[in-house]
Amino acid sequence: MNLMVNIRVALRALRSNMLRSFLTVLGIVIGVAAVVALLGVGRGATASITDRVAGMGSNLVSISAQMRFGPGGSGSSASLLFEDYEMIQANVDGIASVSPIYTSQLTVSSSTRTSYYSISGVTPNYLDVRSYEIAQGRFISEEDYLANKQVAVLGSTVAEDIFEGLNPIGRKLKIKSVEFTVIGVFAESGSSGGMSSGDEIIIVPLSTGYAKLFGSSAMSNGQQTLSTIYISAASAETVDQVISDCELILRSDHALTLSEDLPFSVSSQAQALETLSEVSGTLTAFLGAIAAISLLVGGIGIMNIELVSVTERTREIGLRKAVGATRKAILVQFLIETLTLAILGGVIGVFVGSLIALIFTWTGIITAKITFDVIALAFFSAVFIGLFFGLYPAYQASKLRPIEALRYK
Amino acid sequence: MIEVKDIYKIYKLGDQEVHALDGVSITIRDGEMVSIMGPSGSGKSTLMAILGCLDIPTSGAYYIDGEEVEKMSEDQLANLRAHKIGFVFQQFNLLPRTSALENVMLPLQYDGLNTKLRIEKAKEALEIVGLAERMYHHPNQLSGGQQQRVAIARALVNEPAILLADEPTGNLDSRTGAEIIAMFQKLHKERHQTVVYVTHDSFTARHTERVIHLADGQVKREEIIADPLVAGVSHRPEDNNGYGKAVHVESKKKEKRA
Repeated sequence: MNLMVNIRVALRALRSNMLRSFLTVLGIVIGVAAVVALLGVGRGATASITDRVAGMGSNLVSISAQMRFGPGGSGSSASLLFEDYEMIQANVDGIASVSPIYTSQLTVSSSTRTSYYSISGVTPNYLDVRSYEIAQGRFISEEDYLANKQVAVLGSTVAEDIFEGLNPIGRKLKIKSVEFTVIGVFAESGSSGGMSSGDEIIIVPLSTGYAKLFGSSAMSNGQQTLSTIYISAASAETVDQVISDCELILRSDHALTLSEDLPFSVSSQAQALETLSEVSGTLTAFLGAIAAISLLVGGIGIMNIELVSVTERTREIGLRKAVGATRKAILVQFLIETLTLAILGGVIGVFVGSLIALIFTWTGIITAKITFDVIALAFFSAVFIGLFFGLYPAYQASKLRPIEALRYK
Repeated sequence: MIEVKDIYKIYKLGDQEVHALDGVSITIRDGEMVSIMGPSGSGKSTLMAILGCLDIPTSGAYYIDGEEVEKMSEDQLANLRAHKIGFVFQQFNLLPRTSALENVMLPLQYDGLNTKLRIEKAKEALEIVGLAERMYHHPNQLSGGQQQRVAIARALVNEPAILLADEPTGNLDSRTGAEIIAMFQKLHKERHQTVVYVTHDSFTARHTERVIHLADGQVKREEIIADPLVAGVSHRPEDNNGYGKAVHVESKKKEKRA
């Protein structure tokens, strides 16, 4: 009894039961394909979020006021002051660029429509810290800033909304009741993973904003306030030093002792990235759970098909034994049968799953990322399930005496 | 030669012991044609399964050509089933979705013969049972009688010393049944094939040289038939008189089922 004979017997049995063979393969294909596609797309999504945040520059440090609702119920929040910005710029080493921002929601009207937009007052070096690109026109210049010029740079969505396809450069719009001239439009940046999108903002010179737009809400005890200060550290190594220096300066500016909580958040993009990778870890675990479920469902599919045929196959085993098959011959036959089906299903499943992931990539929804470990996980789990549920009943049946197997109902 | 000595087969049903075989001893010589007859529950099918090495007795000795079956390993038993014994079942037990030829080739699959030789032998066996022209038909395309003939061809394909049949006509009408018995008689006469079959019908039983009457798991008597009936020629008597009580018991049962 050699192996070739066994293979021949097994393939003959598979061929004479095409439908059953096909259904078993299908069950494995679905299980494997689901896992490969889901994990591929999930990992792709995670990677794209992480990449986008990393692309913002890990040298970026941002300072903003923290809303505090203390037990005293005062609800007081310290204001980040323009003066803080000046102090940081003057006193902190290891900084490439510092950019103060004041942001407010204001009404914007053109000749045809009026709506609310997020208006940010910035300094001319704003583009050093935020990686927006100018698609048309130019950004705010030193001259605009110093002369309190009424000029604005628009996000791409804003420009589209307000001017409806007309070239916005040189056109006028009113913020509150103050007339501004559009000097530039940002390139479309897409959503930036939870950060405020550059597509929906209007940028004006901070000086003009203080003078004509923000009014008293931007003032605290007679001092100009800020929403955020962005600092670009000279290098990744100086980020931690910049953060601690800024915290010291803020404490002294606001007369806080070391034991008091700092009412400002001073954080680097690297820290944000850390948080984000925790989030993406959770996401991956979640996707893994979904994959495990689809594998389970696929596995149950495989199991069902194989268990349903047990009755018939038990009698077949009885008959084969009755005409002279040894127990080993029976087991080898079933091993080869199930192995053939499981591997066939596994291979097709990997292809189908990869194809689904590729379709996601081609259509631009998500760039799927299929790695070898995903393929191996899906393939080997399905093959294992297929083998187990194919072999176990055969093993049980082969232990029966021929007459018992033949009478099996 | 088959020799069975004081065989018991005891099943446990709850705390009750059922003696399917209760001390059976029989001998079947080479080239003999024998029937084992008895009502249902007499233990005849159990005896047949043991003779065919498909089941093992609770106690007792069983010799095939002088070799003691109980002492054989699983693989030796498989070898015995493959080469010494051809077994025909009441329910035919053909593999579905598989051609007559491949069904007949089944016992040869485990022999490692080359495909050409296996096909040749299977065709020969199908010719013996007169089904050569239907060898590519699947079981569901064959009549009951034809299926049973395929099963006989499968039993013959390894040229076994002993052909055993458990109620081979039980699932067939009387005319087709007669054809099957005629087949056995032909094999016996022309090839000196040892044939043992089980039946509950005394008319069918009387087509052999010797009838072993079984009841309640024991051999009640052995009957030598000096002039066996000839299948397809002899007619079943109207009243079945003189063929024993078993016939009546069975026919009543059949009426009930109908």
